[in-house]
Amino acid sequence: MLLIACPYCGPRAEIEFAYGGEAHIARPGPGVTEEEWAAFLYLRDNTKGVLAERWRHSHGCGRFFNALRDTRTDRILTTYEMGTPRPDIKEGEAA
Amino acid sequence: MARSMAEGMIAPDTALVRERQSPRYVLQGRAPALQAAGRLLGLDDAPALLRAATGAGGTALRLGPFELLLLPQADDPAGIEAALGAVPHSLVGVSDRNVTLTLEGPWAARILSGLCPLDFAEHAFPVGMATRSVLEKADAVFWRTAPHRFHIEVWRSFVAYAENGIREVARGITFASLAI
Repeated sequence: MLLIACPYCGPRAEIEFAYGGEAHIARPGPGVTEEEWAAFLYLRDNTKGVLAERWRHSHGCGRFFNALRDTRTDRILTTYEMGTPRPDIKEGEAA
Repeated sequence: MARSMAEGMIAPDTALVRERQSPRYVLQGRAPALQAAGRLLGLDDAPALLRAATGAGGTALRLGPFELLLLPQADDPAGIEAALGAVPHSLVGVSDRNVTLTLEGPWAARILSGLCPLDFAEHAFPVGMATRSVLEKADAVFWRTAPHRFHIEVWRSFVAYAENGIREVARGITFASLAI
């Protein structure tokens, strides 16, 4: 079982969390073109390596937060609050 | 329901009791709203994250950075709204949605360990700590009110499931202790 460090509650078991997809994807405004809208809905980086993604502590404090996870190893490098910039952590480093 | 000691016994000296209905409110808001609710219950401030605090007016459980579960002594929603005043907040009555189970006795922490991934050792989950987690497959709020006593809140439709799960684990671990 993975332990995920919620920024509010500390390390908790994976089953308390819900996955929220890739993070830092801004929703385009009302003047959006069809291509931009399609890209917002469907196009993702499918990163091999460190990926920023959203998680929700759904069976805990209920808050969304972001995590940096290495998709090859499932190692979670750090977690950080929604609305804060992505920490500059490279592969192999841990916060 | 009569609270005879023998009735709720599920393990040696360990009892599970379904409490009668009591007032409960979920308050969501930023620090000023949580602080106002804490003061209404007779506290200096809202409790720290994952902690419960009891004042003259009742108990507040800080389940998240912007969430309190309020267990007031008196059921007075208008009084809570008045205390919060113009501070932005969301107050929801959940008195009928939640059911409280009290699990008390030397086996309590070991029983919960069979149903929930949290560490219920006293250094990791001290008296006064409160958090939401899972009880088997149901959401539950756990609050340690004494070294060997837990206040557990589950949603009403899950209460029979939660009780059965607790009884099942109690039977399993006490049987194992007898066999040794």
